[in-house]
Order: sequence, then C-alpha cells, then structure tokens
Amino acid sequence: MDKSLAAATLPVWKNAGPSTVDNPTIEKETRSEEDLDLPWQVVVHNDPVNLMSYVTMVFQRVFGYPRKKAERHMLEVHHNGRSILWSGMRERAELYVQQLHGYLLLATLEKVG
Amino acid sequence: MEICRRNDEIEISELDPFLAELLRQVPASANPEGVPAAEQRLFSPPTNGKETEICAEWKLYVEPELRRLFRTATETVAADLEQLNGNEKPFADLILRIPSIHADAWLSALNQARLVIAAKYNFTNGELGEHFRSPIGSRRDLSLFQVNFYGFLQEFILRELGAWEKGLGD
Repeated sequence: MDKSLAAATLPVWKNAGPSTVDNPTIEKETRSEEDLDLPWQVVVHNDPVNLMSYVTMVFQRVFGYPRKKAERHMLEVHHNGRSILWSGMRERAELYVQQLHGYLLLATLEKVG
Repeated sequence: MEICRRNDEIEISELDPFLAELLRQVPASANPEGVPAAEQRLFSPPTNGKETEICAEWKLYVEPELRRLFRTATETVAADLEQLNGNEKPFADLILRIPSIHADAWLSALNQARLVIAAKYNFTNGELGEHFRSPIGSRRDLSLFQVNFYGFLQEFILRELGAWEKGLGD
C-alpha cells in the first residue's frame, strides 16, 4: 500500500579484474526500497472455529498449493498455533493477507527479523 | 434432515421447523454489529501491531472492501433462504436448494455466523469440540449447537465444492 519507493544505492565495480587500475570508476545502481525490503512473511494463526478442511481449501485457492502442502500448513497452524505460508515482497504479501482475511482466516503480515 | 447434491444444486430436504429456523438465522447471526469481540474477529488487524502505518491504511482501504464482500455473501444467502418462507403449512418439512454458484457465498456466510456466535459467547476450545452437546438448556447451549450445525453444512458444501471443482459431477 505504501507506494513510495525511496531510492537506495549500492556500489558496482566497473572494469573489475587486474589490480593495476589506480582510480576505478564507481557506478551507482539504483534499487527500489521494495528490493531491499525483502522479505515479509504471511503468517496464519490458529483459530478454533475455522474448520480444518476449510483452511486447507483456502490455502489451496490463495497460494495455489497442492492439497498435501496445504494440509501440512493447516496442521502446522493447528498444532503450533501459526504457520508461515509465504514470504517475499511486501505488496504481494499484503495482497495474500487481504485474500486470507476475505476468507475469514486470522492472518498477519510480518517483517522477517 | 437430508442433504445431497442434485446436478448443480445442494438440496437440503426434510428440514424440520427448528432447523429451518436455524438456517433463517444465518444472515442475522453473521452480523457482528453490537458485538465488539465479533467485530474484532471479522476485521482483525493485518499485522501483529508493530506496523501501525499498515494498520491505518488497512482500516481505510481494505476493511470497507471486506465489509462489502461479507455483506454480498450474506445477501446471497438471504435470497436463497426466501425459499423457506411462504409455506402454507407452518410445521411442514421444507426443502432448500442451494445453486453451486452460491456455494462460496454460503461458505462465507456460515463462517461469518460461526465466528460471530463463537466470539459473542466466548466459547472455549473444549466447548467447540463438543459436537454432540444437547441444544436443550441455555441460550449458550443452543448457540453452540448452531455453531456445530453450521459447521456440518460447511463440511458438506466443502466436500461437494471439491467434487465440482474436480469436475466429478453426477
């Protein structure tokens, strides 16, 4: 949702190789904040009301996971209280959380670390 | 009560007046208004509280969309439930037919209702596991039965939805 992508810079060495270059030219590469912002996690939390079969179906639909993988995550939620379903860019993670809330699952977006 | 799939519909037949009334209650039960715990559950925050900016934007942009989504589902269910009205014999068993294209709306509305009721009565995990508890007794017992009955319907719809999606129609 935060569309402002502040620029950040990382050095890239030009003509890398022999150590005879006295004054190497440094080029600046621009990367978006989003690139540096990795990763965010989509976490689903346990809820005693939602049916296990329903949660499995939602994981299959939202993430396109095969049934076995969806069931594994569902059981992780059930036994451990939470499961990390996906990690990656913030914008996509927000979209997943929105979809999960649309299915009435308890889901949050968390920054790794 | 009997429940089965006929072509592109789920048919709930031999519905006695008590169960028919519980079904009629789905849209009203799904409404979290006036129950802060239910409102909080249906519109839970998207982060664990640390990202206040995300939460603020969520309230502004996403929550209204979720409200619209949930309302659309309950309206679809309410329209289907019209079939249960207007019966000349008030105590006759009834039939409800749910078109397959409404299955998702039913899953959502039943889930909303279960979550709202559970939040309203603050049911424990133990209570929610007591599937065979008698509905006769307190209002709380009846509400627990309602949660379990809606859960049973959800399970059936999910099973049939899986079959439809696999193209295993009769």
